[in-house]
Amino acid sequence: MKLDERRIEYLKKFAGKRDFLLGDEACAYGALFAGCSFFGAYPITPASEIAETSARELPFVEGYFVQFEDEIASISSIIGAAWAGARSMTATSGPGFSLMMEGIGYAVMTETPCVIADIQRSGPSTGQATKGAQADFYQARWGTHGDHEIIALAPNSVQEYFDLTIDCFNLAEKYRTPVILLGDGEVGHMRENITFPDPESVEIQPRRKVSGNEPHMGFNDDNFNGVPPMLEFGEGTLRHVTGSTHKPNGMRDVETQSVHDRLVRRLVGKIDNAREDIVRVEETMLDDAEVAIIAYGAASRPAMGALEAARKKGLPVGMLRLITAWPFAQRQVTELGKRVKKIIVPEMSLGQLNREVERFVPCPVVSLPKIGGLTHTTSEILAAIEEALK
Amino acid sequence: MTKPVENPLLDYLRRDILPTPFCSGCGCGTVLNLFARAVHESGIKPEDLVCVTGIGCSSWIPSPFFKCDTLHTTHGRALAFATGIKVMKPHLNVVVIAGDGDITGIGGNHLIHAARRNVGLSVFLVNNSIYAMTGGQVAPTTPFGISTSTTPHGSVEPPLQAAEMVKAAGADYVARWTTWHVMQLKKAMKSAIAKDGFSFLEIVSQCPVSYGKAVRRREASDFLRHYRDNSVRIKDASVMPEDELESKILVGELADRERPEFAVSLRETGRHAREETAK
Repeated sequence: MKLDERRIEYLKKFAGKRDFLLGDEACAYGALFAGCSFFGAYPITPASEIAETSARELPFVEGYFVQFEDEIASISSIIGAAWAGARSMTATSGPGFSLMMEGIGYAVMTETPCVIADIQRSGPSTGQATKGAQADFYQARWGTHGDHEIIALAPNSVQEYFDLTIDCFNLAEKYRTPVILLGDGEVGHMRENITFPDPESVEIQPRRKVSGNEPHMGFNDDNFNGVPPMLEFGEGTLRHVTGSTHKPNGMRDVETQSVHDRLVRRLVGKIDNAREDIVRVEETMLDDAEVAIIAYGAASRPAMGALEAARKKGLPVGMLRLITAWPFAQRQVTELGKRVKKIIVPEMSLGQLNREVERFVPCPVVSLPKIGGLTHTTSEILAAIEEALK
Repeated sequence: MTKPVENPLLDYLRRDILPTPFCSGCGCGTVLNLFARAVHESGIKPEDLVCVTGIGCSSWIPSPFFKCDTLHTTHGRALAFATGIKVMKPHLNVVVIAGDGDITGIGGNHLIHAARRNVGLSVFLVNNSIYAMTGGQVAPTTPFGISTSTTPHGSVEPPLQAAEMVKAAGADYVARWTTWHVMQLKKAMKSAIAKDGFSFLEIVSQCPVSYGKAVRRREASDFLRHYRDNSVRIKDASVMPEDELESKILVGELADRERPEFAVSLRETGRHAREETAK
């Protein structure tokens, strides 16, 4: 599907243009190009520029921006807006992301497509509020309670903040689920060149709707590959939507074991079974590598510098960069772990990604954490590569 | 044998999932009955009505029983969900029915700000002065001195005056009645639904089970008699001494005004921005 004509008309002026943007700004523009029509906001460093850019631009595509009284209201509003037909998003960082967890769980359970950008910052708590970090890796995965799967994409450049935001919107529609853009304050607040696509060339995943006379009840349907079409509000289908365990027609049933079992297994399965479609990684110089780096987001940038320096020295090292943080690229990581002697995991947290990598590889894994608001230097990672090859 | 008489408004409900879960004597049944009448008499079609609720007994008044789009949300957040719906589809009648713990306690901040924005929602607060569904804990609306399961020695908190707070926050329409005042309640519901801006109706309602044990009123009729004998019209209250008013329930309209509605303002501002740029 393509964007609607009036939106294309406005966005056409960007087509093919280059700009020098913050990662946050690129995220907001990505949302515009993805058809975002409702943004529920609450300011927080280092994510505020996503809200500010959206507030400025959304009226021009006949979208709506509302700054709410807190992050709980923001996440709630975008779910309500989605049921009224919007492609909706919010953006936040650590503490605000924590506040959104209940709402994210509600979106998972009610199968509400929406996008949450988490521009990670240094915690716990207020921590170093203005400094980037990568310590929400597990919060993104397990922050909300109950069994669930989540989709989170992890950009590492300003261009990817734009591109992956579009992917987030499309995955949210395709799988009827909340999708997280797992950014970080480093790239979110970094300026870099970006090239805008032609808005007419942007592929838009349409909302899953009933076609023709397809009988369907809105939820927990065994057909549709586990992702039932959505019956929106105001369409006369008189839909009941609840965060409680519900039957295929949406009606609450919290007593029957099999109803809950079937619902939650389907919600997990629709993402778990689609890993090959959702999971994307970038492989660099892995063909002859004896040591591999696994990284995502900000940490993958100095890692790339270290990789190039190591190759100049003739060292056999490569990198697997996670573009999809969740679901975890377990097949790709396992295969890599079988071919290399060691894996190094640089990250801006105390070993969260490292822990996940360790679960899936037979080879030794070297954790290379750096916290405190600074990214790794290339020489720090190069030193780890040299040590690993000894 | 005579055929049982059916409520003529039963078709407004999802009949297949009845009965409602309300305890005997609960005020929620009265509110549901009046709401169906208000919707019927206002001529609202089910497809143009969305009911948004949170967590608590009164959230079950429309959800899932009312045959319309119903969104049963998280605790305290119904107004934020409802705002998202109203902004996207302003032609829909978006009604929030919520309890005092839900909307003035955990969700109190959303109530203040939705009223301040004057979002075009109709909000019916069913105030039973207690957290009833969880078994009778103290609520922001529980009177001073009342013993509840979490204030076994008596509450040391003065109660919140929700309607007065919402009026101060900026709502277009604010009224308070009790479940004794059924005709006034129905009329106020219709006024609230007809209003473009944020409309707020506080319904003082009985809970003979969880609150009844705290105040020793075990029957619905005990509450209704209490409401009848202790309600004072707002217009009469101004000439009464303050100490006499303390134990009274002030009923009537607190506000009826026309301020710009939020979703309308948002659209107008957007249109203005587009026109300015096009110049």
